[in-house]
Amino acid sequence: MINATPALKAESRDLNFFYSNGNQALKSVNMPLYENKITALIGPSGCGKSTFLRCFNRMHDLYPGNKYEGKIVMHPDNTNILEAGVDPIEVRMRISMVFQKPNPFPKSIFENVAYGLRVRGEKNKRTVADKVEEALKGAALWNEVKDRQQDLAFNLSGGQQQRLCIARALATDPEIMLFDEPTSALDPIATANIEELMSELKSKLTILVVTHNMQQAARVSDYTAYMYLGEMMEYGDTDTIFTRPTRKETEDYITGKFG
Amino acid sequence: MTTETLKTKASVLENLVAVRAMIRRHKRNDVIFAAIGLIALMLGLLTLLTLFIDLVMDGYPRFNLEFFSNFPSRRAANAGLLSAWVGSLLVMAVTFLTAVPMGVAAGLYLEEYAPKNWFSDLIEINVSNLAGVPSIIYGLLALGLFVYGLGLGESILTAGLTLGLLTLPVVIVSTREAIRGIPVAIREAAYAVGATKWQVVKDHVVKYSQGGILTGVIIGMSRAIGETAPIITIGALTFIAFLPPAPITEVAPFINFEWLSSGFTVLPIQMFNWLSRPDHAFHTNAAATGAIIILLTLLMNGTAIYLRYQIRKNIKW
Repeated sequence: MINATPALKAESRDLNFFYSNGNQALKSVNMPLYENKITALIGPSGCGKSTFLRCFNRMHDLYPGNKYEGKIVMHPDNTNILEAGVDPIEVRMRISMVFQKPNPFPKSIFENVAYGLRVRGEKNKRTVADKVEEALKGAALWNEVKDRQQDLAFNLSGGQQQRLCIARALATDPEIMLFDEPTSALDPIATANIEELMSELKSKLTILVVTHNMQQAARVSDYTAYMYLGEMMEYGDTDTIFTRPTRKETEDYITGKFG
Repeated sequence: MTTETLKTKASVLENLVAVRAMIRRHKRNDVIFAAIGLIALMLGLLTLLTLFIDLVMDGYPRFNLEFFSNFPSRRAANAGLLSAWVGSLLVMAVTFLTAVPMGVAAGLYLEEYAPKNWFSDLIEINVSNLAGVPSIIYGLLALGLFVYGLGLGESILTAGLTLGLLTLPVVIVSTREAIRGIPVAIREAAYAVGATKWQVVKDHVVKYSQGGILTGVIIGMSRAIGETAPIITIGALTFIAFLPPAPITEVAPFINFEWLSSGFTVLPIQMFNWLSRPDHAFHTNAAATGAIIILLTLLMNGTAIYLRYQIRKNIKW
């Protein structure tokens, strides 16, 4: 149960998003993101939840023709990260991301985690090694890999690879971490590990997670948003959404009547 | 739907003999196609093999060290390849140094940086076409541009640049192919931690496409090493009894670029020269040279395959 309203970390205001083919994938989405909380995005395939998530680190900028309208404001500095003057690279340095399928680089375990620091020009070997250790510990992977950090990342199991990707995203001390269906390629035990990890991570940062798995949303998140056809249908604290949704569509979706 | 499936199931049971006959009949097509494919493959391979064996048998008397350390001579038995293989080596060095950096840079630009519009499409079509332009056309271009236009003369530099132009499209195309093989997820992972485009290119794109790029480079070079037409067009000499000045000297600054402007000959031209002599003894030399060129090409392609395997070994996607 959430008692006092926590601090606001970011919020989307009247966010519209258009793909290069003219498709409007997001329609006037408003949503707050509370600090040190996990917010889950649920909804049927194609509802725009991944599109929405990828607005937060300007991933859509990688492909020509995509267009944002509206704002995503980050606090406490009140920066609209969608503004043309804000460099997407600066945004990605503040907001990191974990993808659907584990996507480690074909490099060593150490270099995978260190890459964010290398990109930032960190040359001090000591600092890099310390940060890598800290991130691997934060991602609950340290004990399994501490003696083989120079091994190729592909030699890890799927669940370990995903935790490695979390360590990579963690090493640069992001303010927000985005998870795009982080467990959909993993087995139940690896999934449980990742979920536990997310709950631990929220003491350090703010989490936004897209999930197909309703139980997952109910288990890990503090707030849940239900999206449908590019619109934010309902948003609230997770308990309320799952026990007393105000809209019929939300109830139909979470009870499995469609989706 | 369900009833139909059931019916088929039942019919298999009822017509077991007929169904088995049908499967056997269908499988016969497998055998027939495999046979046709094998024959087609063998026709190609055996032709090459016969040619190679024939060359080796004809050229056999010349396979000794003197053949590699002698200059050409009026007496066939004393004539050797020294100036030709040194010429080929130096020309290839120039080709490598021009085609690889330019080709890789152009491929990277087209794939990573160029905006996608009609103009880049036009360039793309042209690059692919360039790879198919007959080599003698490159020779004519080089004669006008390098020999007369830029006044580089009938030199190693001219030949190297000409073959470089010839190799360039192959390098560009293979660079782009190799880059396209890198999954989107890997690029996005790099961008997501805050990398710039150049950081993604230098830390990831180039590293993971090395194998493919290298393969393209070596295959392009092995095509260039056997090229004769453009080299004749730019006026390579056919009888050379001297070596270009050495690129490395004993006195400072230890490096010497005079060799670039030296006259030269290359292996296929030496072969062509010997072949056009009426004296049959020279044909033995030509055959031996031919066998060496084929061997060289095989060796280069083999290296390409080995290197690609070695580099790809650690990359799984």
